[in-house]
Amino acid sequence: MKKWLHPGLWLTLAILLVISIWPILTRDAALRERTFTILLAIVMASSLNIILGYTGYVSFGHVVFYGLGGYMGVYAIDKWGWPLPAGVLLGGLTAGLLAFLLGRAILRLRGAYFALVTIGINEAMRTFVSNFQPFGASTGIELHFSVYKPYGGAAEALWLTYYLVVALSLINILLSYWVRQSKLGLGLMAIREDEDAAEVMGVVAPQYKTLAYVLSAILPGMLGVLFFFKNGTVEPKDAFRLHFSIEAIVMVMLGGQGTVLGPLVGAWGYQRLRGLLLTTNWKIAGLAIKDFQLVIAGILLLLIVLFVPAGLVGWLQQKFSKLRRVLI
Amino acid sequence: MSILLSVRGVTKQFGGLQALTRVTFDLPEGQILGLIGPNGAGKTTLFNVINGVYTPEEGRIIFRGEDITGRKPYEVAHRGLARTHQIVRPLNQLTVRENVMVGACFGRENHPLHRAAEIADEILELVGLKERAEQLAGSLNVAQKKRLEMARALAAHPYLLLLDEVLAGLNPSEVEGMLNTIRAIRDRGITIIMIEHLMHAIMNVSERIIVLDYGEQIAEGTPQEISNNPRVIEAYLGDPNLAKRLLEEVS
Amino acid sequence: MSLNTLLSSIIDGLLIGSVYGIAAMGLTLIWGVMHVINLSHGPVMALGMFGVYLLFTGLGLNPYLALLLVALLGLLLGILIYFIAIQRVIDAPHLSTLLATFSVNMIIIGLGTSIFSTSPRDTGFTLGRIVIGGITIQNTRLVAAVITLLVTGGLYLFLYRTRPGKYVRAVANNRAAAELMGIFSSRVLALSFGIGTMLASIAGGLIATFFSFTILSGSTYELKSFIIGVLGGLGNPLGALLGGVILGLMEGIFPLFMTNTWVPVIEFVFFVLILLIRPSGLLGGKS
Repeated sequence: MKKWLHPGLWLTLAILLVISIWPILTRDAALRERTFTILLAIVMASSLNIILGYTGYVSFGHVVFYGLGGYMGVYAIDKWGWPLPAGVLLGGLTAGLLAFLLGRAILRLRGAYFALVTIGINEAMRTFVSNFQPFGASTGIELHFSVYKPYGGAAEALWLTYYLVVALSLINILLSYWVRQSKLGLGLMAIREDEDAAEVMGVVAPQYKTLAYVLSAILPGMLGVLFFFKNGTVEPKDAFRLHFSIEAIVMVMLGGQGTVLGPLVGAWGYQRLRGLLLTTNWKIAGLAIKDFQLVIAGILLLLIVLFVPAGLVGWLQQKFSKLRRVLI
Repeated sequence: MSILLSVRGVTKQFGGLQALTRVTFDLPEGQILGLIGPNGAGKTTLFNVINGVYTPEEGRIIFRGEDITGRKPYEVAHRGLARTHQIVRPLNQLTVRENVMVGACFGRENHPLHRAAEIADEILELVGLKERAEQLAGSLNVAQKKRLEMARALAAHPYLLLLDEVLAGLNPSEVEGMLNTIRAIRDRGITIIMIEHLMHAIMNVSERIIVLDYGEQIAEGTPQEISNNPRVIEAYLGDPNLAKRLLEEVS
Repeated sequence: MSLNTLLSSIIDGLLIGSVYGIAAMGLTLIWGVMHVINLSHGPVMALGMFGVYLLFTGLGLNPYLALLLVALLGLLLGILIYFIAIQRVIDAPHLSTLLATFSVNMIIIGLGTSIFSTSPRDTGFTLGRIVIGGITIQNTRLVAAVITLLVTGGLYLFLYRTRPGKYVRAVANNRAAAELMGIFSSRVLALSFGIGTMLASIAGGLIATFFSFTILSGSTYELKSFIIGVLGGLGNPLGALLGGVILGLMEGIFPLFMTNTWVPVIEFVFFVLILLIRPSGLLGGKS
């Protein structure tokens, strides 16, 4: 019980609360949409952190869980008439199942080989779904408008998805904290630092890695259903966008991998920066900064990788060791 | 006194290289066994076979009556066998205490976190790293890392401890301290096999010594017997005549 | 479907595949020498495509001559990328170099999109075709295959008959030992990276003589290069060439027997299976 009183956890939850509460208080739909995007990013980054930050396995294909879970949930909602929460759970379960089935096999690979195989799996899934008739092949699934009726129409349904995504972010942060402070977390970090030495000390690495992978998959699976429900359609190229995976890695790195607060801060910062770049009217050498978004993001990523690989939270922890009690 | 570990006819090959050939010995409980031999003799390989990192082509490893040949390292750890590495492998981004907790949590006794923390603090006291408990393992110097490596192994409360060159790189007073720690560990009832190059140290602390050369067991006996064994001296110096002369000089 | 169509497709696939092989060779060489997966491989190929396109359509320069200039620029670009992005993190965990090369990818694509937009380009280049016994072969493919052989030969001559080449092999084998023997490993690494990007840009340039492309086309070929590299064994240049030919063959034949949208699925599943079952590839590489 005592471990739930950790100041670091409450700081993180407080920040999450501040980010999520504004749209609810102001009933501002535009703000809600922007915040939805931020919360989406937070869940992707925070879930990825479990396999990347805690366990040290670089997954470049994290988006496959988001996509497959999303498809499965949307399919159930559209074709079988399931209510949204049920669809969300199905999405999470499907993603978790995929992670479980694949995990044992692919987690035997390490480093760059693991990264490559996760890319391969995402691409295989994307191209497969593009051919899979029940999921609408390359056109995807378009939700019938009637699915929003039970919630009082599209506008109200959008508020419901927002509350659910806030709940998901909350669950994600709590999960991330719980993993980190538990025996599972200790074992995962031992694996990250030196897998062979960890095994010699008795950590059953294959089991732990698979568990971490499954845990990291469930939340994106649920998240996908929420996003595509809100969006009204789902297509292979949006569901399995490799770039989204990579953005998740950048967000984790930016904020600080292996911490609870890091992915949240990184996701928020990255999305805010992106939003800023998209809406600014400044120019450099006649070329609008808007088009430079990718260039600036690339330069930012390079600077972080070269000079601050521990990310913001990691850097703060190193610089001010007193803060280690509060920044986790 | 029962036999804790039985190594029977262990042979290990890597492609064309014969690393170990029919190594055989019994280890009684509570003994300190020294394992010596020139570089490349197969000592660390033998450790790797015993604790499951390698599977031997031939032979059996019997630990506390159970055949553990070919079992995974974590399975071997769960049965009460711990080891240190020749080149230390600290978990750099974890604190000293967390490092030792890993040993306590995942070893034979499978403790929960809070109990593991208590055990960790006890062990850190024993090896003299208590003040550094909150430090990151990566920031320690070599001698401290060696003690950490040993603390991690001890935290699992093993029946058998394999020490791989724990004295390498230590100055004379550090060596003395480590030897005392090793004797204290044995007094707690833990059986030890030590690989060492520091002759006077291992002769001093071992009750029995086995000598390997090119993967073969060339001698076995008390430190006294081994130090007078011409085959052993030849293995280290390469020249039997030089060996004879040195023996004559010593006596 | 006639035998002639089948044979034409097979030969076309083999010839194009050899160009894919050159691209994969660049990727695999970099991995073999310094254990870095170059995620900017695709954009560099795209730059090669644009290089040949611009020189041909803008200055009327023969594409194969333009290729020489593109190759040189590719070499220099690679050396630049190495010193700016990679050198500092060469010994860091894999994630760092993966992200460093990916950031270069983002920068190139970002700049490229701003300057060239994403509209497709076509050099419209053709050399006609020859018909042998009912089988049709595009001459651009033949020339490309010949160039592939020349480049491969050149690479091997370089690696095995020149001093710098020897340094590259030494560093690939054991960097620490090479440094102890007085080799400036960072220069060798930069050169190796440059050769890798040079091969990528040559492949891109050759592809521009066959197909239309956009600034984003590089990513498709980059994925192919991963598949080929793993197939042939990462770190094994000859394996990459062989892997390229095999993939080209698959891409030539499969569409004749199934809807071509299934071909990528097979390629990626194949890729995953190879990584899981035989990560050292068909010919065995340096893992």
